Amino acid sequence: MMKRREFIRKSVGAGIVGSALTFTGYNKLFGSAVSDSESPYDLVAVRGGEPDIMFDRAIDALGGLERFIKKGQTVVLKPNMSWDVPPERGANTHPGLMSHIVKKCLEAGASRVYAFDNTCDNWVRSYRNSGVEDAVNDAGGRVLPANTEDYFKEVEVEKGKRLTRAKVHELLLDSDVYINIPVLKHHGATGITITLKNLMGVVWDRRYWHNNDLQQCIADFGTWYRKPDLNIVDAYRVMMRNGPRGVSVDDLVEMKALIASTDMVAADAASASLFGTEPSEVGHIKIAHEMGVGNMNLEELSIHRISV
Amino acid sequence: MQKHLKPLRVIISLFFLITASLIFIDFREFFSESFISGFLSLQFAPSVMRFIHILGISFFGFLFILLLTALFGRVYCSTICPLGIFQDVISWISKKVRRKKRPYSYSPPRNKLRYSLLAVTVIFLLFGSVLALNLLDPYSNFGRFFTYFAKPVAVWVNNNLTGIVGGYTLYRVSIPPIPWQTAVFPALMLVLVVGLSYKYGRLYCNTICPVGTFLGLISKYSLFRIRIGEKCTGCAHCVRVCKSSCIDFKTKGIDFTRCVNCMNCLRVCEAVRYRYSGAPALQRVSVSSEANEKTDKSKRQFLLMVVASLLGLKSIASAANSRQTTTNRARRRNQGDEPEMSRESTIPENRQNPVSPPGSVSIEKFNKSCTACGLCVSECPGHVLQPSFMEYGLIGFMQPHMDFRSGFCNFDCTKCGEICPTGAIQPLTVEKKHRTQTGVAIFIQENCIVFVDHTDCGACSEHCPTRAVDMVPFTGNLHIPEVTENICIGCGACEYACPVEPYKAIYVEGNPRHELADRPEHEKLEQPDTEDFPF
Repeated sequence: MMKRREFIRKSVGAGIVGSALTFTGYNKLFGSAVSDSESPYDLVAVRGGEPDIMFDRAIDALGGLERFIKKGQTVVLKPNMSWDVPPERGANTHPGLMSHIVKKCLEAGASRVYAFDNTCDNWVRSYRNSGVEDAVNDAGGRVLPANTEDYFKEVEVEKGKRLTRAKVHELLLDSDVYINIPVLKHHGATGITITLKNLMGVVWDRRYWHNNDLQQCIADFGTWYRKPDLNIVDAYRVMMRNGPRGVSVDDLVEMKALIASTDMVAADAASASLFGTEPSEVGHIKIAHEMGVGNMNLEELSIHRISV
Repeated sequence: MQKHLKPLRVIISLFFLITASLIFIDFREFFSESFISGFLSLQFAPSVMRFIHILGISFFGFLFILLLTALFGRVYCSTICPLGIFQDVISWISKKVRRKKRPYSYSPPRNKLRYSLLAVTVIFLLFGSVLALNLLDPYSNFGRFFTYFAKPVAVWVNNNLTGIVGGYTLYRVSIPPIPWQTAVFPALMLVLVVGLSYKYGRLYCNTICPVGTFLGLISKYSLFRIRIGEKCTGCAHCVRVCKSSCIDFKTKGIDFTRCVNCMNCLRVCEAVRYRYSGAPALQRVSVSSEANEKTDKSKRQFLLMVVASLLGLKSIASAANSRQTTTNRARRRNQGDEPEMSRESTIPENRQNPVSPPGSVSIEKFNKSCTACGLCVSECPGHVLQPSFMEYGLIGFMQPHMDFRSGFCNFDCTKCGEICPTGAIQPLTVEKKHRTQTGVAIFIQENCIVFVDHTDCGACSEHCPTRAVDMVPFTGNLHIPEVTENICIGCGACEYACPVEPYKAIYVEGNPRHELADRPEHEKLEQPDTEDFPF
């Protein structure tokens, strides 16, 4: 991945950008048959639109969903629906965005689209009251439980420093495509929560993380081989304080933004900077960058900025 | 056509039994709050408690039962009382197993015992303690049987079925274990009730149950009573089918204080009929020595069973306990292959008062009115309500308290108050619930991971719904919890989430009387006016 990205970066510099773009167009013509080409961008940032429109623009720029989903593949979405609060409180991923992504995945040829989260509040209520359950199910996907340890399988995190083993949800191991869809929020403990932090909802034993250097464990899990194939950061309504649960709608600002990237660290860096935080100030982003999970130096990335 | 009354009675009673059972094992929150509270409003003891403690609100249930009893006798006992019908099922099984079609015979009433137990219950109530009623009330005992024993079995079956069926049509459920110390008493009661009903039909209802004894006092004077008519040929068929053993054939009289209106006698004989009656017709009977011997023998058997089950439970519980500790340790060791491991916390939590459920107003009031049926324990979606052992002292034995090891109180949830049949937990609006301070969080810095390991944690603050637990700057980039007491509502999310063991770094001290918490302040944030990218 890194090599190819570097190649493209260099290609842009060398003026081969034209041929790269042609490749993208070529892929679109033949749909999923040829989908291993890369987008010219490491990261796409969109502002000023509704979540569904911003998603479409971002995905187009990344080369279409067909690049990520081949016909007949199963897709697992990892939104944040950890809290038993209504959508307008911005503690969970925007249900409108979720429903749109499910539809788009099915259109791209996905055979099944699942979503789950190991919630902090009671899971039945969090799924329901976040609005995500209905959004996913009505769009033709399905939310699945993650409420007992039996749904999780133990894996090795080979490069982990403090986290060397974790129990991850079986859906991650069984699905072909894995899309991480966090909501950008303030977080009392880690400063900010975005893509890396959102993956705390795919493991069973979070207490261990809290107990053993939380920031390091978050970064450690980022090194696990099964990384999200795509990260979509919902920054439409952004909780600026009292996160991650929030106290009231007064904690939010309407940022109307969306970040898309295959690189979790890059997505986190861009989102942190939208939030007004220096990425290197956020412990887990900095550690993950140093561990080679991704690149937090935005100036080194090829970023496509879209204003809707 | 009184012959057909019995099948009708059976159908209605099965409806009550099955529905009550399902309510207590409802691990998927199938029943709505209003259905549960409506359905259970007919239960006598809880309804009386409601009447005593929140006068005026829905005491219809027990008045209806009183009226029914005044008209027809103890219809409640064999039609509505879930424990009564549960015993009928046991008796029915016993009949099939023992192949005895007519297993019963007349036995004299055990008046000393039953009136003493009723008197004790009433005296306790007069002195403001619900303890005796808790231990003896049939509805509450039934509730505990199902919450403590049937529900875990149902969950176990569900989880195994989930594995067999595959896919996600069913889903697995996990519930915290009931503390074994608390479960001993209900286990003994279960043995007692099952044992008695297996051999003697409704002996429990006519000797131990204070509700049965009380209703018996009224049914003595009920308007319509079962009588043996002139057509009686002396076959004694009715005596042999009477689960209450209350038909004395020598005098052809029926002891109405003990008749539970099971209607078995109506079913087998034309001569036995409900009749309107003016005068009471209680039989005076002498206690025969034969009967005495019988009781002694059964008493001994019960004692044996009691001791056996006590030992059994203890060994099972201790085995389970030790297993849990070893697996925890094993896991810690496993995950801690790497050199660095967090240390164990050192300062024990020092909780002076338990935390009573929101809506219970005060611990004192709660202890006076909760019959510990276990309904809220079973239905609590956050699994925070657990039966107490001695947290409230003996006076509140088995009454639920908020156990933050097993869960925490969901901020927007008002379920326990909406379903509580005794009014011990009063219904709260969501707005009121948000400000009901059941206790206050206390932070023990020396146990906190941030203080000890100098790493970020914040699990407590993360879960706090009012931000009463906030993270404030500590050394370097670290943040450490700080509690703002006036906006803390004692939900225990912080204590539940705190990852340190064996003692938590934050715990909730119960408020003996619940207070009104302040609203967390809201100061609207300025909306961004830029749509530019900062990168």
